[in-house]
Amino acid sequence: MEPVKEWATDFDVLDPGYVKDPFPIWADLRSRCPIAHTDRRGSTWLPTRYEDVNAIAHDIEHFSSRDVGVIPFKPPEGAELDGGDDPLTYGLPPISADPPLHTWTRRLILPWFSHRRVAGYVPMTRSICRALLDRFASTGHADAAVDYAQQIPVRVIAHILGVPEEMSDTFTGWVRDVLEFAENPERRSDTSDAFIEFFINQLVLRKKEPGEDLISSLLQAEVDGSPIDDSVILGIVVLLLVAGVDTTWSSIGAALWHLGGHPEDQRLLVERPEIMPSAIEELLRAYSPVTMAREVAQDIEFAGCPMRAGDKVLLTFAAANRDPEAFVEPDTVDLTREHNRHIAFGAGIHRCAGSNLARMELQVALEEWLKVIPEFRITDPDQVKWAGGQVRGPRVLPVEF
Amino acid sequence: MRIRVDPDKCEGHARCIALAADLFDVDDYGLSSVKVDVVPSHLEHAARLAVANCPEYAIEIVEE
Repeated sequence: MEPVKEWATDFDVLDPGYVKDPFPIWADLRSRCPIAHTDRRGSTWLPTRYEDVNAIAHDIEHFSSRDVGVIPFKPPEGAELDGGDDPLTYGLPPISADPPLHTWTRRLILPWFSHRRVAGYVPMTRSICRALLDRFASTGHADAAVDYAQQIPVRVIAHILGVPEEMSDTFTGWVRDVLEFAENPERRSDTSDAFIEFFINQLVLRKKEPGEDLISSLLQAEVDGSPIDDSVILGIVVLLLVAGVDTTWSSIGAALWHLGGHPEDQRLLVERPEIMPSAIEELLRAYSPVTMAREVAQDIEFAGCPMRAGDKVLLTFAAANRDPEAFVEPDTVDLTREHNRHIAFGAGIHRCAGSNLARMELQVALEEWLKVIPEFRITDPDQVKWAGGQVRGPRVLPVEF
Repeated sequence: MRIRVDPDKCEGHARCIALAADLFDVDDYGLSSVKVDVVPSHLEHAARLAVANCPEYAIEIVEE
């Protein structure tokens, strides 16, 4: 791809400078062209104001979730394009669905991530974090992204799905291929096949021997008196792994990146642990990892922009959450911020179904880290590597303590 | 002070219950509801925070 010359008319979300530090670019766009556009990867709009992102997230009539991918999928060259026997007939509901499919699939999974249910996952999450810390706490250094942040959510979601925790590295690789390396069609395509085959086998196993896990419960569930189509269940299960791994890992990593560069905030959390809940919301606001796309369902002029059916709109929640019209001093990370109506988990009917889980994991991960490593610093800021696109977070984060 | 949650606006962010667990209940699908008739005076600040942090503007003070 050509380097970006003009962000307002030809932005690129995979531009290395944008991936590393998008905040000044959003601030510039907000002040002169708050909804940017590009024709790279198809006609795509990028709103940067809170009000616009929030309004589009709520307008499900004009903005469909049928394709929420930030980077469009291009099949590998020479691949057959019959599509007739795609096992994911229904996509990845509820995230990639509009009502009515969205409504009933979402109701199936919400109880697994309810406030009450998530409280029950705390002891398991703590023991995962402690075991990871035991591996490196005495060495004086670690990669906070690879050795810690990356390892936590995949283990938690594996536990909830009832799939082997030992496969964590495999799952992580699959999710990265699908989201982070989405521009590499071979990698994405091969991985999707492996991913789907694994879960098809899991469905077969669970039908024979049901367990207490989420997959088994979906196989036993009935909607309007009928069992659920296997391809819907497959879509839900693949979604839970894809959505539950990169996102939370990125949040934990970004929070540790922030703390590593701000010793005063490390001290604040150690000395005043009661502020942890507001600190979590502030870290979620300031480093919101997720961008979700919408597809324009019918031509609409939105805030003066002539959006055409089929265009994409990127809901970059991090940009909304840095809007000075919605937040006082948005670029200051204030762990005691009291007024924080952030939309890191989106807004409207597609509010992240796993938000309670993600928030809990972030809190437990930071609490356990600070118990063992109350003071640490980033070894060399030049070695830190960020990934971006659909999910933004640090992928390499060497720290010493 | 009396407060209410608009069930048509609530999308289950659960910010209210995190800020004021003594004022709100949340069901298995994320829908919040107010569990007190009158907000005790020592929880009025917490109630205002819940109003100010709800991403869906679903909570309102109906009587000061």
